[in-house]
Amino acid sequence: MLGKKLATQSASQSRSKSKTKSKSGSSGLPLSKQELTKIHDLMVKARELEERMIKIYKVGEAYFWIGGPGEEAFGVPLGMLANKGQGFDHDWLHLHYRCSPTLIAMGMDYITPIRLIMNKATDKCTGGRNFSNHYSFPEWNVAPVTSPIGVQYSIGIGTAWAQKRRKAKGITILTGGDAGSAEGDFASSLIWASRKGNELPMLITVQNNKWGISTHYDEQHGEAHVSDRGIPFKMRTAVINGNDPIESYIRLGEEMAYIRKTGKPVVMEASVSRLYGHSSADGVNRRDELDCLDEFEKLLLKKDVLTEKKIKQIKDDYSKEAQAAQVKARGELSPEASTIWDNFYVNSENGDWREF
Amino acid sequence: MANMAQSIRMALHYGEKHLGVKDIFGQDVGAPMGGVFTATQGLETTWNTPLDERGIVGAAMGIAMTGDICVAEIQFCDYIFNTIDLLKIAGNTNWVTNGNATLPMVLMTPVGAGIRGSVYHSHSFESFASRLPGWKVVMPSTPLDAYGLMLSAIKDPNPVMFLKSKALMRVRGEELIPGEPSDEKELKAMIDAPVGDRSNWKAKWPKLEEHIVEIGKGKITRSGSAATVVSYGRHVLMCNQVADELKKEKNIDLEVIDLRSIYPYDWEMIKTSIKKTGRVIFVNEDTEVTNFAEHLSYRAARELFYELMARPKVLAGKNLPGIGLHANLEDASVPQVSEIKEEVISLLQEIP
Repeated sequence: MLGKKLATQSASQSRSKSKTKSKSGSSGLPLSKQELTKIHDLMVKARELEERMIKIYKVGEAYFWIGGPGEEAFGVPLGMLANKGQGFDHDWLHLHYRCSPTLIAMGMDYITPIRLIMNKATDKCTGGRNFSNHYSFPEWNVAPVTSPIGVQYSIGIGTAWAQKRRKAKGITILTGGDAGSAEGDFASSLIWASRKGNELPMLITVQNNKWGISTHYDEQHGEAHVSDRGIPFKMRTAVINGNDPIESYIRLGEEMAYIRKTGKPVVMEASVSRLYGHSSADGVNRRDELDCLDEFEKLLLKKDVLTEKKIKQIKDDYSKEAQAAQVKARGELSPEASTIWDNFYVNSENGDWREF
Repeated sequence: MANMAQSIRMALHYGEKHLGVKDIFGQDVGAPMGGVFTATQGLETTWNTPLDERGIVGAAMGIAMTGDICVAEIQFCDYIFNTIDLLKIAGNTNWVTNGNATLPMVLMTPVGAGIRGSVYHSHSFESFASRLPGWKVVMPSTPLDAYGLMLSAIKDPNPVMFLKSKALMRVRGEELIPGEPSDEKELKAMIDAPVGDRSNWKAKWPKLEEHIVEIGKGKITRSGSAATVVSYGRHVLMCNQVADELKKEKNIDLEVIDLRSIYPYDWEMIKTSIKKTGRVIFVNEDTEVTNFAEHLSYRAARELFYELMARPKVLAGKNLPGIGLHANLEDASVPQVSEIKEEVISLLQEIP
């Protein structure tokens, strides 16, 4: 759908084919100009956030960075399409630690992730206790992001079951990496979601960036596509080009509509890039991989959807906003050592044995 | 009197009817079996899961995350070990999110030896469980306490691990559960599934009442001043027997404490008793190296050193890779009445 380079990885690989007929906008692309500019705006917003957080890490204002630059073309459409809110009639999201594009698209501001990476007392997700991009937003049904990879595939079984039991409108959305699909939890999600008569409304996605820290896909997998693992379970599967935001938006929309209508699961694999490596663990340096944002901008320029000037203005505005959030967070208090026992149990019931 | 399996079943029924329990699930938990120890027979919200412990624990966490209350079961604690990182996450979820996400879930699992269960049906888990901060861990020794602790576990907004001694599942108590008919046969006819075809069978539940055993509170099962014996689960019954024998044979009064909760635990009860007796032994069947009782013994030595008339003792299971099937092997691996008695006498004979 995009340029020649992207087209080689496009939806032709999908087992579930797109049903959407091109509703060609004035640009000749299958989305309207408004949709295209919104997606672009959110992708830039997400990228500027991550690059600001990398700077925060590199200047020593954070202990560790891990995040999602390179996954914007998939993550942003996912966040735009999620039924955001609290309660059973909204989607439950069990995300991995490269999920900032999805949350930006859902409306996350800049100060929240920056307080998190800078471990401030004001960090509403963890209170200064966890790494960057380890969010929790109960008001949006966003489950806590964990460092152990793959566990979300098991935990999501429960939210999907509760939704099914109540015949609720919401579905359960799972994201994770290709390396994490080697964990048993991924198999658990396939087994539990596909039981005859007990199918679960789950969108099981794998963002395949071809890496698990330093271990390449080919060292970890024999299957051509991770999503093929859904086939023996008679699950609907899809392989999409997650570097193409238009394809992602359309295909995610179709698969989510299928799940909402049927209550049955889908396994979707999206090929994505990993632009800054795994995390602080391998240096946080820019890699020579396809940049979905660059490619999308080339397309939007070619189709006269945006101008160079407008793109620069969007980037400058978000860059300033991100910098301002860093400055603000920098002046905020760090968590007090005395808070370590807070929330050991619900309502901070004592958990310190010295006080029993 | 109800046995422990029946009391757990009645507690779960009370939970379904009055406390909002939406799901009770695990391997063979649903009809027709109702659990390998029959603790979930006849209930309305039970269902069978795949034989996938990680899926069971993960599902419980997800259900709890939505605010629905569930009770999940791992069929034997011997098979819980491949879920250990999920258990860590369940324990730390409220803490790591600074109170954003709570997991009101109960995970129950049979523990311990005593049923000739061989290598993989004899494990204990309470010492591992005590190293899962954020969980509450309970382990009853009587049907009435099982009922009361299960209701507390269901009501608790935190993840609670309910450890049930395998060897106690058919043991009857000495106290009626509120609402339980006094005739055992009547109770059995009401809530035990028949042998054979169960397709049309439905339990007839007695009109049960609420009975709460507060998590973190122990119980003195024998009062005395000669020495303090601290235990939980099935070994409470053995310690009671030792106390009764020593009273009868030597007119020695032991104080036996049924801890009932592993974490949080009733230190005030232990401390008060040790101050009275000056001697303490901790008895359980989990393996002896880094045993939970070592923490209690350490604390007794550290905080009550000048109150003690003898060195604190821990009597626990041998640090073996497993429990051998033959009775000679099992009995030599975990504390038996005779060994407890010998150790108590030795404790009493120690001259300060």
